[in-house]
Amino acid sequence: MNAADTLVEVLRSEGLRVLATLARTVGDLAVAEDALSEATITALDAWPRTGIPDNPRAWLAVVARHKALDLLRRESARSAKETAAFRWGTEAAPDQIEEAIEAMEPETSLPDDMLRLIFTCCHPALGREAQVALSLRTLARLEVPAIARAFLVPETTMAKRLVRARSKIATARIPYAIPSDAELPGRLAAVLAVVYLIATEAHAPTGGGAVARIDLEAEAIRLARLLAGLMPDEPETLSLLALLLLTSARTSARTSADGNPVTLADQDRTRWNRAAIAEGSVWLSEAVNRSGGVAGSYQIQAHLAAAHSTAPSWQETDWDRIIGLYDLLGSITANPVVALNRAIAVTERDGPEAGLAVLKTIVGLEYSHLWHAALADNLRRLGRTSDAAGELHTAVTLAPSQAEQRLLQDRLRAVRSELR
Amino acid sequence: MTQYVALLYYDRNQYWDSPPEREFHSEYMEFARRATEAGVMRGGEALHPVTMSTTITVSGGKGGDVLLVDGPYAEAKEVLGGYFLLEAADLDEAIAWAAQNPGAWRGKIELRPIAPIHA
Repeated sequence: MNAADTLVEVLRSEGLRVLATLARTVGDLAVAEDALSEATITALDAWPRTGIPDNPRAWLAVVARHKALDLLRRESARSAKETAAFRWGTEAAPDQIEEAIEAMEPETSLPDDMLRLIFTCCHPALGREAQVALSLRTLARLEVPAIARAFLVPETTMAKRLVRARSKIATARIPYAIPSDAELPGRLAAVLAVVYLIATEAHAPTGGGAVARIDLEAEAIRLARLLAGLMPDEPETLSLLALLLLTSARTSARTSADGNPVTLADQDRTRWNRAAIAEGSVWLSEAVNRSGGVAGSYQIQAHLAAAHSTAPSWQETDWDRIIGLYDLLGSITANPVVALNRAIAVTERDGPEAGLAVLKTIVGLEYSHLWHAALADNLRRLGRTSDAAGELHTAVTLAPSQAEQRLLQDRLRAVRSELR
Repeated sequence: MTQYVALLYYDRNQYWDSPPEREFHSEYMEFARRATEAGVMRGGEALHPVTMSTTITVSGGKGGDVLLVDGPYAEAKEVLGGYFLLEAADLDEAIAWAAQNPGAWRGKIELRPIAPIHA
């Protein structure tokens, strides 16, 4: 890591900590964000000259507090009624908030403050798009242009999405609080779903030509690490981190030299990241130890990823175990994609006749290129080449990205050449 | 006497909080002052835009899962922006008052008689 990277990393990780406490003290996420942004700009200007301070968090906290005070003083010049509408919970007068900021002790309840911030950004009264945008901006501390690029939307669209989300937090009074024990499972599930969605977006970009955007995957892992650190007793939190690490281990093998996607069956397993597999496996066993024998959905998915990661080859994969895990997963989430992946495993274990029969029982994937591609694979293995070509043709038209279209077109060409 | 709720609907692009509409705010205040003095107005507030809405459903009956949607119940071009509670002798009197509210020319007003619920 060079000096500039170190500086950015310190600003991101410490910035989040400063923000979490400042948001509670100020009672307004937008003001806290603006104050931290200004403090970050000051740091970016000062630190390259002075070097990173011994205690960068304290430095940032002090500067951000001053910026927040300036912002609040400017704001209190606006009408009192307008100001009152933009406060969380407490009806504190501006001078009371000033006192609170002056007396702010950044370290006392930092983990709780970070949890509050996480649960606020992923509150279910915010739509998934808003949750994802806030998680990447507020929690992962990414800049708006970078988030906009990652999601292939114009910068102004992403900026508006963030403004609306912060405005709803303030106006509708989404609480800056850790959910009660009764609410926690559902609320934690929403947080984990956001992180999982960010990781999935990294693997399946729609529309664009690139196969994978490493940065979103890294951001999802970063967020998952944050959650695992803050909630080490929640097994699904640890399982999600395990799953993301195990999946990320295959990222560099997922793309061929010419930029085309490579399926799991064809990947060069020597290119898998062994360190990530090892770390993911450690987190998975930690999750198993804490789950009291009841595996959640992320834990099962992590077991599936681990089963593939430890197989010497596609042919030598433990398909019994994979099918068993898909059965378990299917019993807790009725998801046709799970059924599809199970059917692919059945083909490998019991042959194309059995695989095809299982595939045909799946309802709800008529518009999925993956289902048609799987049908084609079984048909081709059964020698029904013309039927296979028909299914592949459908799959090409349904493929959501250019990269996947190219992969399926290559297969279609190969099948058609068998026809002649 | 009958109570009516006057529901103020606006075009999404001509909502009461948009800058051009703000110049009418004093007229709403004036309406509220006169209606209160006449003993007709029993309450009323403006509503934040529908982008601030949260729609709630409990699935599977009482005690079921609480499902939230970030946004209004129905996406529509015309949205509810506020309400006044008016107490009048009859509908004609309520209409006469509602017709003096800026909401009737900046948007539309729906008058609904209140069905009192007695515990």
